[in-house]
Amino acid sequence: MANSDLVWRSAAEQRKMLDSGQVSAVELTKAHLERMDAIEPTLACHLHRMDDVAMAQAEAADQRIHSGDAQPMTGITVSLKDVLCTTDAPTTAASRILEGYMSPYDATVVERLRLQGAVFVGKSNTDEFAMGSSTENSAFGPTRNPWNTDCVPGGSSGGPSAAVAAAEAAIGFGSDTGGSIRQPAGFCGVVGLKPTYGRVSRYGLIAFASSLDQIGPFTRTVEDAAIALAAIAGHDPRDSTCAPRPVSDFRASLSDDLRGMRIGVAREYSVDGMEPGVEAAVAAAVEQIKQLGAEVIEVSLPHTGYALATYYITAPAEASANLARFDGVRYGLSCAAGSLKAMYETTRGSGFGDEVKRRIMLGTYALSSGYYDAYYVKAQKVRTLIKQDFDQAFASVDAIIAPTSPTVAFRVGARTDDPVQMYLADVFTIPANMAGIPGIAVPCGFSGGLPVSLQVLGRSFDEQTILRVAHAYEQSTGWHKQRPPV
Amino acid sequence: MKLTLEQVRNVAALARLGLTDDETERMRDQLSSILTSIEKLEELDTAAIPPTAQTIELVDVMREDVAGPSLHPEQVLMNAPRQRDGFFEVDTPFGGEES
Repeated sequence: MANSDLVWRSAAEQRKMLDSGQVSAVELTKAHLERMDAIEPTLACHLHRMDDVAMAQAEAADQRIHSGDAQPMTGITVSLKDVLCTTDAPTTAASRILEGYMSPYDATVVERLRLQGAVFVGKSNTDEFAMGSSTENSAFGPTRNPWNTDCVPGGSSGGPSAAVAAAEAAIGFGSDTGGSIRQPAGFCGVVGLKPTYGRVSRYGLIAFASSLDQIGPFTRTVEDAAIALAAIAGHDPRDSTCAPRPVSDFRASLSDDLRGMRIGVAREYSVDGMEPGVEAAVAAAVEQIKQLGAEVIEVSLPHTGYALATYYITAPAEASANLARFDGVRYGLSCAAGSLKAMYETTRGSGFGDEVKRRIMLGTYALSSGYYDAYYVKAQKVRTLIKQDFDQAFASVDAIIAPTSPTVAFRVGARTDDPVQMYLADVFTIPANMAGIPGIAVPCGFSGGLPVSLQVLGRSFDEQTILRVAHAYEQSTGWHKQRPPV
Repeated sequence: MKLTLEQVRNVAALARLGLTDDETERMRDQLSSILTSIEKLEELDTAAIPPTAQTIELVDVMREDVAGPSLHPEQVLMNAPRQRDGFFEVDTPFGGEES
């Protein structure tokens, strides 16, 4: 089989080919690395390639497969967002302040993938410290959208998302604080899953907003998302917020119909400036889901319109505390300036980019004396209302479907001068983070040649149901089989 | 909500964030516009609503008080900008302009 076909196979298909001896892990890895050689100059998905590591892991995977010890991830290529700590490649969060940083330990997610024999092809691009919606805030340059290289791949996890969309790797792993997995997955036409808060350990994830951050996969099929989630989920004593709940076989619940399911559509998931092509594709997806046997019911999530404002207090407040650790003392950039205080200010002033500075300032302001109650506590109270909205809706439906974003991918540079416009890209993904619930983005069509995405939201720790809905929908359409022109 | 340059400088000092004069002015305008968009929350009466800081049911997660392996000092110091005798080294925090 030609390498050009091999790299486009799903991880599940590659698994079968590896186990049956049709292809070796070394051959499969080489095919993906050659794909990277061909398109990295155009897309710039990765900040650090890991070719040597990947080839050594592929050889070990082949030995493991021969000895009958293969696991679902053995020999499968993986791109890791550069906020996941790795001992054998730099971890920079796409920031000058961490340029060249080598972590002394692996993130739990990385450790689990390594133990299962996954193959790491590289550390992928992101908005600096995962703060952004376009990957243009990376200190090391933007990533391009495989469907149209004049457009952004979304963000913050634009690197792993574009890498999977362009078949540089079978699976990507990113983090989602306000939509940073689902929104770029939507912009790049791949599947992106944000698990329930507490489903996956955050140990070794460079922290942005600790009550919202969650790690999840990018894949080209929903079945692969189920496989990837099972590989990383489950209790970890090193993250006290990681739930001690059993991890089921997420693939077991996948089926081709939705008979007996009740699925909600929320009238609040429509905003001014919504792209007609997105509305039309999502409306068609709702009809398709009815055809699959689900009962579609209108639900109300009345506080949806307040989620964005709530997020832009809560997330920067948590970020301002988390990023205090970058002080030029223990690791990263350090600018000598005569005194300790001047060293802090110079190091942070020259090491952080504009968006990170804005969020540190916003968060510090919201937490400062005299403003704490008006901003931070107020946001925490509205967060309660947003969570109650979902609790009430899920009393009558099994899942909720909505657009992932109000528009398709926008052009590079189109929103960089207007932070408030940029923030609107996440208006439909933020509520799930505020409520802690899982969400999955799945391709549902095209508008102007760019992918449109359907989001499926579910109850806490019920990833099974959203995977089932997304899988049945995907299998009844051909959207996931489309390949970008790169 | 319009911030003053003095407020911006005060917040930057609290955050130990060195800003140039240009950045301070730009930050005043951008933060003011973001804060204006956040004012929307004032529409909601939240007097009787309890705050939510996190969404999981876990409380007071404790582990057994048993010693385990930890990072070797060399690993801890491997990224240090300055180190001496197994410690991180910084300029004196007291005296000079700090006092």
